[in-house]
Amino acid sequence: MYEIRIHSRGGQGGVTAARLLALAAFRDGKYATACPFYGAERRGAPVVSFVRIDDHPIKVYSQIRSPDLIVVLDRSVMDVVDVFAGLKPDGKVLVNAKEFAVEGRKVYTVDLTGIALAENLVVAGSPILNTPVIGALAKMGVITIDSAKKAISEMFSDERNVRAAAAAYKEVSA
Amino acid sequence: MLTIATGNKAVAEAVRQAGPGVIAAYPITPQTEIVEQMASYVNDGVLKCEYIPVESEHSAMAACIGASITGVRTFTATSSHGLLYMHEMVNWAAGARLPVVMANVNRALGPGWNVWAEHTDAFQERDTGWLQVYVSTVQEAYDATLMAFRIAEHQDVLLPVMVNLDGFTLSHIMQSLETVDPGDFIPPLRLPHAIDTANPCGYGTLTGPDEYFKFRWDIERSMRDSVRVIAETQEEFSRRFGRKYGFTEDYRCEDADVVVVSMGTLGKEAEVAVDALRDDGVKAGSMRLRWLRPFPKLDLSGREVVVIDRDYSFGSGGILADALRAKCGADPFSVIAGLGGQEVTYDDIAGFVKARKPGKELWFGVKPDV
Repeated sequence: MYEIRIHSRGGQGGVTAARLLALAAFRDGKYATACPFYGAERRGAPVVSFVRIDDHPIKVYSQIRSPDLIVVLDRSVMDVVDVFAGLKPDGKVLVNAKEFAVEGRKVYTVDLTGIALAENLVVAGSPILNTPVIGALAKMGVITIDSAKKAISEMFSDERNVRAAAAAYKEVSA
Repeated sequence: MLTIATGNKAVAEAVRQAGPGVIAAYPITPQTEIVEQMASYVNDGVLKCEYIPVESEHSAMAACIGASITGVRTFTATSSHGLLYMHEMVNWAAGARLPVVMANVNRALGPGWNVWAEHTDAFQERDTGWLQVYVSTVQEAYDATLMAFRIAEHQDVLLPVMVNLDGFTLSHIMQSLETVDPGDFIPPLRLPHAIDTANPCGYGTLTGPDEYFKFRWDIERSMRDSVRVIAETQEEFSRRFGRKYGFTEDYRCEDADVVVVSMGTLGKEAEVAVDALRDDGVKAGSMRLRWLRPFPKLDLSGREVVVIDRDYSFGSGGILADALRAKCGADPFSVIAGLGGQEVTYDDIAGFVKARKPGKELWFGVKPDV
């Protein structure tokens, strides 16, 4: 079972990113669950969502404590939350940033905010990060790019979302 | 069709396919997605149905009662304080023998204010004459909702059915969902005591001490008959759509020395715990109770029992533990866990089994253990 924890702030689309990722994995023929942790959060507060992907039906409902992959949509969350908590020794990290490094961690970076702004993907003043991040995760091998695009098209009719995902697929760097 | 959905959306899709004529509902976290989706279906013309946005849950059930007595299929959804607010009408719906179907998204009761999963809300309605089923996956939420209409409206039942799913843990998780074409799985509703303007009758009139108990017995008689109807409906569902359901879901119980009895999503987590325990040489099994009313016959003889209650009756004990003692002669290790959405992992459940002391009670997370 491959377990992913997504850190973001309320309103940035972390929950939708989890659902898109599960849908894409599902379109790849895998079993997947997307499970947001609903705390007493509000817009701007740190939120966390969980995605599990497996070849077998998934029976676990509890929170992910030892993720294989950590996704950080907003770097400022790292000031208040230990986003690396429980990350497996060989686990990966994807950060929405032009550059970012952590000692002893396999870190991927991509400027999701820049990609969203370039496509003018902005809702209520916030750049939409949940569709481009799916492209980056496809490049990292979590899902296929075909299923990523399919999932995005199923949930959003605006083609800019697929274009943003394709851009993130190209630009993500390790 | 194979798709992916939340527990709430799965319930809404099943209700759309069942085609109620009246939905009366009031939003409450975490079920709001269900009634929003139903309102959208009605607004978009996808479902031809009267949607009544009432001012309270008491009115929601009252409106369902009024609609149902005309012989129309009715649905509502609620949770927690909403369910308790409609308590009087919940009793009335069963007493009036109206096959209303309700989704209840299980949520704790305040104070302290809490929107997360717990079963005490529905357990407080267990003596009302409603049938109650508890589900553990998005697929099961959909399947149980379809079956609920057929069971409630069966001529040998004619009692309301409550479909229970864990707040957030199941209502908001996204899993795969295979929808079906129900065809004639749910026959048209035929309510023998429906209002007929050509034949005026009194409803809910004064019923004296020499008559009232007969109506109560009639509810119990139908509740007993519902055992057969549920079994037949679940068999028919399996025959048509391939998915099998029982009164319980048993996992590796055949040769088990110790059985974990639980309800809802914890029952799935318990299956993972059972696998881990088996790897450690403990012959464990999991029995997930699906139907609370009618309470099924459970065979727990010769096995140790660890029961997890996501509920409590203050001054008595875990409600499920009490039921196992009274109805199955079990002397379970009673664990109170998951209240108000308390995190309970498969490791925790394996720990309960390893620490079991028959006849004792453990409040998970409370130190010292009591």
